[in-house]
Order: sequence, then C-alpha cells, then structure tokens
Amino acid sequence: MTSPLQQKIKITGPSVVTANRTWDGVVIWRTNAKDWSTDLADAAIVRTADAARALLGESVADDLGAVGAYIAPVEVDESGAIKPGNLREQIRVDGVTIELPAHA
Amino acid sequence: MYAYDEIDRTLINERVSEFRDQVKRRLSGELSEDEFKMIRLMNGVYLQLHAYMFRVAIPYGTLSSAQLRKLAHVARKYDRGYGHFTTRQNIQFNWIKLADLPDALADLAEVGIHAMQTSGNCTRNITADQWAGVAPGEVEDPRIWAELLRQYSTLHPEFSFLPRKFKFAITASAHDRAAIKVHDIGLRLHRNDKGETGFEVLVGGGLGRTPFIGKTIREFVPGRDLLSYVEAILRVYNQYGRRDNIYKARIKILVHELGIEKFAEEVETEWLQIRDSTLALDAAVVEDIRSRFSYPAYEKLAPMPDELKQAAADPQFEAWRTNSVAPHKVQGYAIVTLSLKPIGGAPGDATAAQMDAVADLADKYSFGEIRVGHEQNLAFPHVAKRDLPALWRALDKIGVATPNVNLVTDIIACPGLDYCSLANARSIPIAQELTRRFANHDTANLIGRLHVNISGCINACGHHHVGNIGILGVEKNGEEVYQITIGGRADENAELGKLIGPAVPYAEVADVVEDIVEAYLALRERPDELFIDAVKRLGVEPFRERVYATR
Repeated sequence: MTSPLQQKIKITGPSVVTANRTWDGVVIWRTNAKDWSTDLADAAIVRTADAARALLGESVADDLGAVGAYIAPVEVDESGAIKPGNLREQIRVDGVTIELPAHA
Repeated sequence: MYAYDEIDRTLINERVSEFRDQVKRRLSGELSEDEFKMIRLMNGVYLQLHAYMFRVAIPYGTLSSAQLRKLAHVARKYDRGYGHFTTRQNIQFNWIKLADLPDALADLAEVGIHAMQTSGNCTRNITADQWAGVAPGEVEDPRIWAELLRQYSTLHPEFSFLPRKFKFAITASAHDRAAIKVHDIGLRLHRNDKGETGFEVLVGGGLGRTPFIGKTIREFVPGRDLLSYVEAILRVYNQYGRRDNIYKARIKILVHELGIEKFAEEVETEWLQIRDSTLALDAAVVEDIRSRFSYPAYEKLAPMPDELKQAAADPQFEAWRTNSVAPHKVQGYAIVTLSLKPIGGAPGDATAAQMDAVADLADKYSFGEIRVGHEQNLAFPHVAKRDLPALWRALDKIGVATPNVNLVTDIIACPGLDYCSLANARSIPIAQELTRRFANHDTANLIGRLHVNISGCINACGHHHVGNIGILGVEKNGEEVYQITIGGRADENAELGKLIGPAVPYAEVADVVEDIVEAYLALRERPDELFIDAVKRLGVEPFRERVYATR
C-alpha cells in the first residue's frame, strides 16, 4: 500500500491531521505542540500542501501514538474556532448520528 | 450444535496467546502499524471512524446459548453494551480498545468462538442457511459440509493470501436463504437422478463494485469430491486472479473475463490431478463430523396444540406468528425468527441485555440453540408449537418480536458512515426513517413481502444490489445522495436490481421508497402479487415515472 506521504497532497482550504489513538482507537488530532489531542479545538491548522505534508510527516512518524493519520478539511471561523469540513469528519467529532442501542 | 474437539480448542487458544503477544509488541512499539495491520486484520480487527472494530465469526450461523452469553459479556465488558449482527453471520463490536482485544478473544475462546479469517484475503466465515437441519424438505443438514469446509480452510497455508477475500455459502433447501448466488462459491446440496446427494457448485457470484450472479460450474459434485473440487477452484483463482488491481481481484472478475467455460476447463484440469488425493473425503470422515453435531431429542407433539388454538384469538399474536413462525421438519415444532429490526432501531443491533435474555429463552424454548441469518435477524430452530404464545410474550418484552419479518421494515443495512471508514453515506438513519414510515403493521402487511437493502458505499455490505428495493449511498459534491434500484433478489432466482433514475438526496429517500411502494400497490394485479413479481412483470418504467414525475 502506498504510504500517506507518497500520495499526492492537495488541499483546498484549512486542514488538520487526524488519526486514531493506537491503544484504544479514539479519534485524535495533531497539535502544534507535536502531540495529539482528543479535542479538534487543539488541532494544528495548515493551509498549504507543503505545510500539510510536513504535519502529516511528523504525525505518521509517531507510529506508536497514532494509527491511520490523514489530512482532513476543516473550517475556521473569524474567532478561530475549528469545525469539521465534511460530514465524515463531523461524525468523527460528534459521534454517530443515531442513538446507540444500549442507551435507547 | 457442533462440539469442537481438542484440536479446535488448542488452535483457538494458541491463536489467542499469539495475538496477545502481537498486541503487546505493537503497544510497546516493537511492531509498527505496517507490520501489525495484516496481523490484526487476520484476527478480525479493523480500524473504523471512531475506534477499532472487532468482527467475530459465527460459523454457519449457529450459536449455543453459552456462546451468545459470552458475546453479551464481550459487548458489556469491552464495548458499549451492544453488538451488530452482519450479513455474513458475524457479529461486530464497534468500540473495542486494542489493549482489551486479547482478553476479549480469550473470553470468547472459552466457548469456542474466535475471529480468525473474518478479514483478510483468505477464506472467510463459511455461511449457511440459518434454518439448516430443521427446514422441511431439506436434503440433509448442510452444516456438516460447512463444518468440513471450515476445518479445511482454517489457516490453510496455500489460501491465506489469495488475490482477494473469498466467501462460501451453502444451502440444502430448494428455497435459498443463504444467498448462495452472490458468493464466490455457492453450494447447493441436492439429489441427482440416481438419488445420490451432491453439490451444484456455483462460482463467481458477488456484490460490491462489480456485481455478478454466480454461474453454475458443475451441476453435481459428489460429497466425496467436495474438497478437491473447491480446492481446484481456489488454485485456479490463486494462480490467475489479478493482484495488480484490488477492484479486479475477486474471482467473479476472473470468471467473467475468462468466461465460465474456460474457467471450468482450467478447474477440471486441476481437479483431475487432485481428485483422488488425500482431499477425497472418506465416508468415515464425513460421519465423524456428522456425529459431532447434536440434535434435540424431539418429543412426539400434536401438530396444532391447544395453546396455539387459544392464542390465535389474539390478533397481535397472530400478526407475529404469521410473519415470524415457519414450519419445522418435525411435527409439533416450529422455527421462530427473532426480529432485530425494531421500529426506529438499527438493523441487526442487539444489546447485551437482549443477548442474555435471548440466550435464556433459547435454553427454555429452543434446546439452547440460536441461529443467525444473513438478513440480520436471529432464529430459534427448535420451538415446540405449544410454547409459541409464551415465547412470543417473552420475546416481545425484550423487543425482538416486531412482527415484520420479510416485510418492508425488515431492512438489511450496513453500518454506513456512522461507523465505517469506507462508507460515503449513512445507512442506519435511512433504515430507521423507513421503519417509522411503515411502522403501521397493517400497512406493512398489506404491502406484503418486500426486502429493502441499504449500503453506505459501493462495497455493498448491505446487499443493495439484491434488495427488492436497493438503496446505495454515495457522496456527490460533499452531500449524501442515494441511488435506488428495484427488482433485485438474493434467493434461488437471484437477480441484480435495476437503477430507476438519478440519485436522490438523503432527505428524500424515504419519500421515494413510499412512492415506489404506492406505485406497486396501485399496479399490482392482485393482493398476493408480490412486489418483486410486479416489478418483473412491469419493468422499471412505471416506478421511474412515479418517482421522478414530480422531482
């Protein structure tokens, strides 16, 4: 399989790097502090392909901390608040759009 | 039920130990994800949107009550209190932690359950008719052969790295409940003109991106030759199947590109060389497998007990009985389907509490045995008819007696974009909305048998191609839209559905299905002309007109 770093990187707006935490699979985002956070608000924002490639590079290098890292689109409003850029990422942030059976 | 022997138990326990060590090395950094990924997949562990997903095999859809209780235990202890029964007689847990997986596997191993070959390019879980062994008119119990195939294919060194995954399904009934025509190999146990039992072998069926109905490669393969014949097929596939393009790697593409005649020639050539090898099944081997299946000691019971006559006065009971209770091969007994399709619920989901309760009821009413069907429902295979009223009340209390089996709200759906990293669109909310639209039982009953199948992407885990109404979610310009097909079916007359027109937005899917159903009700020749038969007679056009006239 092609490494994420070997794939052509094309971004059309603000983006973040997201992954799942290795030991438990929880959704995480790469931060400016070269760490991971479970809160999208902490995510490092990149706006160019080069910056995205660099952020993805350091994320993939943390093979022990995260699995399946990739670049995801976000929206950033005037206050700097970050929102997911598509439905898939919205669901990863908010959770499933249905009530879980055990709680029904 | 099949009783595992020491070899099975040792194999499963060794696998748990091996995986425990592999997980430990992954979590310590000794193994990279690149090194670990294939290992976890071979143990049924995927990475989904929110977490790891753990897929556990239920071979030929047969579970004991103890096994179901253990699945409930895993759901409760390691997950979020529920599991999802799939279209391939597996159960999936959606929230499990990698660090917990070895313990979960060890717990499952205590009752002979494992997750081997629930992923990867190998032979997957062998599936079968969920009524196997109890269906009237069945040639014989196909699970004996499914178990032989399971033993043969488990960790088979030659076939652990096929060009792509490989799925078997088997039935021994004239009416196909196992969807054998949409599997890589479909097996239909039948009798030939001489009264001998053997298999019609179909090959190259499948759904996904490029759907095909399986083609008969041999009308009759004696039981003695089953393993050598399927091995010949697997060898030809292993040799010629494409490994350069994942979308063209399934055997269906090879069969299509070579043509069934040429493919069959290749198989015959291979088969001649191995037919009389150690793969030839000695009758004693088959008998040994057969002897490890235990069957209930059925009583001699009246075909129509008083309890049933009295309960017939209750219209709610009758509604359930009509849709959920099927004839059994033994007089006085019945097969009962437990609907995992409550109105507003996620198809195929069951809570840990429901699984425990179902296990208890199986002990009380079904000789401790439960079946899982590809339609994502459960079944009790051995229920005394006299017990049906009491069983119905108990099932109703735990929410698995919705009287909708085979009706429009008995929907097959994949997890879709709510869970799955491959999905482009949501499936479960569409299913939930449809169940609410058709919640009125009288309406659903008036419509009659109608299978709605929903997939959240082209991989077709929700079998949309073979739904009477098929719904495929795709993504277009960042929005979820859905292609609708009609006329598909997965039984012995399997067909792929035909597209009725342009995709429709998420918010309109339920309206479109209602339009299709209303068109059917207006156009059917008589009340007992099924939807699928009306589509066959009328074609797509009247339905297309109805749906798109105002869109």
